[in-house]
Amino acid sequence: MAKITYIEHDGTEHVIDVKNGLSVMEGAVKNNIPGIDADCGGACACATCHVYVDETWLAKTGDKSAMEESMLDFAEGVEPNSRLSCQIKVSDDLDGLVVRMPESQH
Amino acid sequence: MTELSAHVVILGAGHAGGTLAALLRQYGHEGPITLVGDEPIPPYQRPPLSKAWLKGEADAESLALKPLEFYAENRIDFRPSTRAVKLERSARRVHLADGSTLSYDILVIATGARAIALPIPGAELGGVMFLRTAADAEQLKAAVGPGKTLAVVGGGYIGLEVAASGRALGAEVVVLEREERVLARVACQALSDFFTAYHQQHGVKFELGASVVGFEGQGKVSGVRLADGRTLACDAVVVGVGATPNDEIAKDAGLECARGVVVDLEARTSDPAVFAIGDVTHRPMPIYEGRMFRMESVPNALEQAKQAACAITGRAAPAGEVPWQWSDQYDLKLQIAGYAFDVDEIVIRGDPKTAKFAVFHLKGKQLQSVEAINAPPEFMMGKQLIGNRKPVDKIKLADPSISMKEVAA
Repeated sequence: MAKITYIEHDGTEHVIDVKNGLSVMEGAVKNNIPGIDADCGGACACATCHVYVDETWLAKTGDKSAMEESMLDFAEGVEPNSRLSCQIKVSDDLDGLVVRMPESQH
Repeated sequence: MTELSAHVVILGAGHAGGTLAALLRQYGHEGPITLVGDEPIPPYQRPPLSKAWLKGEADAESLALKPLEFYAENRIDFRPSTRAVKLERSARRVHLADGSTLSYDILVIATGARAIALPIPGAELGGVMFLRTAADAEQLKAAVGPGKTLAVVGGGYIGLEVAASGRALGAEVVVLEREERVLARVACQALSDFFTAYHQQHGVKFELGASVVGFEGQGKVSGVRLADGRTLACDAVVVGVGATPNDEIAKDAGLECARGVVVDLEARTSDPAVFAIGDVTHRPMPIYEGRMFRMESVPNALEQAKQAACAITGRAAPAGEVPWQWSDQYDLKLQIAGYAFDVDEIVIRGDPKTAKFAVFHLKGKQLQSVEAINAPPEFMMGKQLIGNRKPVDKIKLADPSISMKEVAA
């Protein structure tokens, strides 16, 4: 279990306990958090679960796969700390993780 | 209508209906929401049923759109295992199969589509299955494995995904397709050839131009009979030959229907108090002006759920999206955007032999559709080009050494 803080583009914060094994995207979707669309449900096929990972957590969230990198390359408003939240698996190590949402997922 | 206190009744608890219920709360709808579903479980994702779930890589919890508690916590009255049997528009009331009635201020028809059954002898035999619901997937999973032979009737995306998953589970798989190539209805020859060869490399057998005229067996299927007189032995059959919209309740109530319930860009039907979303609808799309579609895809269900949620809560309509879908088979990721309407030229970028390429369908200089295999840049940029209708330089498009960003510049 990890406590994850999701921050919407307008600054609204949602602090959610997410079970280990789920993705950061699934944690958001199952709790109806606005700002993560996740159209493809985690198939790494759409880039609509884009988040900015808080800099201090970048190392712990791991590396992007080539597919993820490639999808992000064409998403809007991408920054060096951009990730697809469907590709970040939740574990105890991510307790306290903070992610921010972009203005739009399209 | 922007009545945040209205009672919204949603018929159908699939991806579209479930998403709409959640979005209404996200968008501040305060009134009662009733979600009626004919399955015993809350809304779930269907795409993994033929892929990750069938292969045992996903469980029921991960399939669920929201945990069951979500509905009570968000004051969504979820009614499982029942369905609407009659709609009385004049009284704004629906009759459910369990004998109860529901009054509504706003009704949303999200009843989806059902698999088409083959009208041939033996279709009722045990082991002749469809893949539409979690229960179907459960049955299929139990029927395939090492030493079993699975016959897949229909070489569309569902059929091919099931074939790939069947192989992953160790079953022998034969795909029976009536046309001379797989994906005949939805893809170009190059893509059909590529998928056939890739599946063959993974041990799938194909019978193309094969008309299935009957299933044989005593109580349980043991063979598939073809028009040419042959019978192919098998232990199980999956029929994947398309779906038909569950629009009977709308038709009976006098709502305008064509190939599904006709809606506008707000997902509204011919009755302003009734919306329809997802697989059951026949809808317009801004980028292919003047055409109407019935699309069976998750992105379509989500887009129309957004349209209806915006209209019901008084928000501005969402921007028109480019239709898209995806398929996973083996290590292949297929991403498709747009529809190949009035296409006069096909440009292939990359080499199919490397399993990393894209097929672009053009009408003049305008991109109508892209099918990308393991090629996310081609998909992402292609989708943007379809949406913004910018003319495309075909020479650059055909040259993989020129980046897609440069092609689209």
